[in-house]
Amino acid sequence: MTADDVILQVKGLTAGYGAAPVLQEVDLTVRAGTIAAVLGANGAGKTTLLRTLSGLVRPSGGEIVYGGQPLRDVPVEQLVRRGMAHVPEGRGVVAELTVDENLRLGGLWRRDREDAAKALTEVYELFEPLAQRRRSAGHQLSGGERQMLALGRALVARPKLLLLDEPSLGLAPRVIAQIMALLRQLRDTTGLTVLLVEQNVRSALSVADEAVVMSLGRIVTATSADRLRDDEELRHAYLGF
Amino acid sequence: MDRFVFLTFDGLSKGAVLAAFALALVLIWRAARIVNFAQGAMAVAAAYAGYSVTTATGSYWLGFGAALVGGLLIGMLVERAVMRFVDHSSPLSEVIVALGLVLVMQAVLGMIYGNEFLPAGTPFSRTALSVGDVPLLSRYDLFVFGAVLLVLLGLALLFTRTSVGLRMRASAFAPEVSRLLGVNVGGMLTLGWALASAVGALAAMLVIPTELGLHPHAMDLVFVSAFTAAVVGGLDSPPGAVVGGLAVGLILSYVSGYLGSDVTPMAVLVLLLAVLLVRPGGLFSSTVARQA
Repeated sequence: MTADDVILQVKGLTAGYGAAPVLQEVDLTVRAGTIAAVLGANGAGKTTLLRTLSGLVRPSGGEIVYGGQPLRDVPVEQLVRRGMAHVPEGRGVVAELTVDENLRLGGLWRRDREDAAKALTEVYELFEPLAQRRRSAGHQLSGGERQMLALGRALVARPKLLLLDEPSLGLAPRVIAQIMALLRQLRDTTGLTVLLVEQNVRSALSVADEAVVMSLGRIVTATSADRLRDDEELRHAYLGF
Repeated sequence: MDRFVFLTFDGLSKGAVLAAFALALVLIWRAARIVNFAQGAMAVAAAYAGYSVTTATGSYWLGFGAALVGGLLIGMLVERAVMRFVDHSSPLSEVIVALGLVLVMQAVLGMIYGNEFLPAGTPFSRTALSVGDVPLLSRYDLFVFGAVLLVLLGLALLFTRTSVGLRMRASAFAPEVSRLLGVNVGGMLTLGWALASAVGALAAMLVIPTELGLHPHAMDLVFVSAFTAAVVGGLDSPPGAVVGGLAVGLILSYVSGYLGSDVTPMAVLVLLLAVLLVRPGGLFSSTVARQA
């Protein structure tokens, strides 16, 4: 693996919400154009990891290097301009805005208005149900449609790295399968890198290239997704099934 | 019947100003979840700035413009220098800071301009034009309607047709998500305060000439009525602020006209109580969206 292959490198990251750190000395390397699944039980620190990477939580120690540049003191609102998009847990759809407004919001920062408009059109083509509900408010959408909207809004920014937090939460298995297939398609066609936080281990491993398992704020193992999926002993040891 | 028609038009004129002032409260509530109890004092400070410019230049319109610009600047200053640093975990701290601002601003204005009522002029005649024998609206009332309507249309266009408006709405509803999408939420908050303060300044410039004149406490009672209007309409709803403002204006006018002006403050409070008991979120509250 060369330095050019790596889009995100985390070294000794410590972060939390108060005096007690949630993340402790986390090391993580994500290769460009891959899907890396972050797995672990509730409270393992997966969501905090994503929130720290996107700047919502300030790290108390360690280093985050994204695209070869350290991210120390980069404001949250600047990260999307550098190609990092974060779809938070609970999807983060702005309930009061329409589908169209939510999607446009994803590309408002872009100077290239023509490409932003093109990206919007592509998102509507990718998620046809959204095209039919352009004028509907966010709170009128189903869970699956909201997930599509949150994903689509992130894609309008044409990100290089997508931080995706629990996209399967509360969704039917059929919808989860569609979302995972879409992530695979995006990786293969656009070279998008995805850091996927999931509690639905089987779904995540069905699409991921790499997998890390977190427990109590630490990464306890980092391996290929294939190995974790196929090695029963390893799965038992770290994921309990 | 003539009296009823006159009171209706008078109420609508008063209500238009209350609507503008209620809108200023709603703008800040939507942007920052703060009931800005300092809105009245901020508006009076902007009106004093307008008064100074008018006195110095002899031009009402230059003073009018200066008051609006002053309102913008005061709003920015209050947000950037004070409200941004208030602990938002407890609504009480915001209320106390806002009330503290009221005391400071009124004291400073009193020290600079004195505590006497200063005459505030109008650009148009306040003599009511009559239709038949019924006095209806003055040219000044028409100016008030026009100015408020223009502001309402401007704000509606800003929020629904521009990318800045979309950013402001998103920042108000979902600040964290907006930051993740590249929106400068702090900047939008400052802009929200500035706009609200300018709208409040406009309301002050329109209403003060119809009352006793310019005084550090000139907007105190107006604030109470406008706050009622905003709550009646639903603090989250700009259209609600407009309807609430007009409703409160009409009630004030009818009660004052038929029962006497001593009873009007009580009428406003009865209205407030009734709405809070029957529909606590206000008539136009958007709780459905917030719960989603």
